[in-house]
Amino acid sequence: MPDYNVPVPRYWRNIPTYYRLTVSRCRSCGRVYYPPRARCVCGSRDIEQVSLLDACRKFRLAEFTVLHSVSVDFEKQKPLIFGLVKCENPEVSLVSPITDVLNVGDLQSGIELEPVFRVVKRDGSYGIVCYGTKFRIATREVKV
Amino acid sequence: MRAGIAGWGTYIPRFRISTREIARVWGDDPLRIRDLYLIDEKTVENYDEDAVTMAVEAARRALARAEISPRDVDCVFVGTESKPYAVKPVASILIDALGLRYDVQAVDAEFACKAASDMMLLTALAIEAGRYKHGLVVGSDASQGEPGEHLDYSASAGAVAYVLTGDREKMCAEIEGFYSYCSDTPDFWRRDGSPFPVHGEGFTGEPAYFRHIIAAARGLMEKLGLKPNDFDYVVFHQPNTRFPLRVASVLGFPIDKAKPGIVVDRIGNTYNASALLGLAKVLEIAKPGSRILVVTYGSGAGSNAISLVVTDKIEHKRELADKLSEQLEKKILIDYSMNLRFRKLIKMLHSG
Ligand SMILES: [Zn+2]
Repeated sequence: MPDYNVPVPRYWRNIPTYYRLTVSRCRSCGRVYYPPRARCVCGSRDIEQVSLLDACRKFRLAEFTVLHSVSVDFEKQKPLIFGLVKCENPEVSLVSPITDVLNVGDLQSGIELEPVFRVVKRDGSYGIVCYGTKFRIATREVKV
Repeated sequence: MRAGIAGWGTYIPRFRISTREIARVWGDDPLRIRDLYLIDEKTVENYDEDAVTMAVEAARRALARAEISPRDVDCVFVGTESKPYAVKPVASILIDALGLRYDVQAVDAEFACKAASDMMLLTALAIEAGRYKHGLVVGSDASQGEPGEHLDYSASAGAVAYVLTGDREKMCAEIEGFYSYCSDTPDFWRRDGSPFPVHGEGFTGEPAYFRHIIAAARGLMEKLGLKPNDFDYVVFHQPNTRFPLRVASVLGFPIDKAKPGIVVDRIGNTYNASALLGLAKVLEIAKPGSRILVVTYGSGAGSNAISLVVTDKIEHKRELADKLSEQLEKKILIDYSMNLRFRKLIKMLHSG
């Protein structure tokens, strides 16, 4: 039996969230929840699933942190950079890996970001390749 | 044909390495290397990029330009020779990453650097036959060359995607016709399980690249009754800059018609994306009415020659997604050691 560690059913169940940042949106008041949830603070249970990639046009980096000490699974990807990523309309914040950074000095709070589809983890030599959404500095500024 | 392009999308990694830097590490004369390939820089995929991730990005941009819902796509086909899995398709990952319907036809195809263009033609035929309304085709590769060998200077990473349609209201370039030419020519191969490909001695140029491209291009012009003068742009597969410029001149095209479609000098050889990225670069500047000849090439060996005529929808489409010209400028140069790390060419006991 070749070695692999990622629990495949859990990865598979989360594909909509990992691949397309699928969130819950309240049909009554428009509030957006990530991770998804079943009930809005306004009391409504009328919740739809939407992808933030479709719902948000512009993302900004609010804050970020650079991790040099990481778990054994991510040792070959050091440093890991996590950003607090914000969209104003609809208002939503999420914590996401930031990629394509060679010099951390290129990152500043307020800079525009774009979502990118990336490998999150390769499970050894024989296991599954886990994909997900990360963010990077935007190629072009989005005109809104 | 009653089929054409509704939208195109391009993706190249942000990281680049110069051929000068590669020559420094391997003790080659950088000027001789540049003169041999006419390549200044090539793309290097980040540690977290592969043929799948680049395919997703190119496809998202193609769908944006096509101005159709992902739910309106009836097939998703991928041409690649560098799948991250030996068995498990790229096409099915695209379905969930892009939000396509599940009742779609989906498959990956391999014919070295040519398969993506074959899938475009098969999709166009199915559209013409009325079986699909819209089809998505992606060419994506993150290919390896053995360090220090010829391909180390050119093998790179990139992806291109096209949404094809039969709806003239959405079409920015109509496929006018195509011609294919293939034979068993052992110019380049990679055995299963081998990490790097092998070149057939003396086989890469005349009997392979030039013979198939020239035969396909001439066959198409004869079939359509067109002459080199009738084309405004010509785009060929680009393993280096010398080959496409030389084949253009052999076929009687002035160099000015071939230069706008050259991408290899700044990004290297992106295999399945190579000629089709050249086409995308031309679509970013072509005027309505322009006629474009694209000839792809895949080792083993074969070519597809395709004639396209640009429509008046083209100008509107350009701004709907990131352009290749913008991505060419937005780059981060890296050194050879970072290139080895990103491409996972350092032998390790523990990967991750
Ligand atoms: Zn609510």
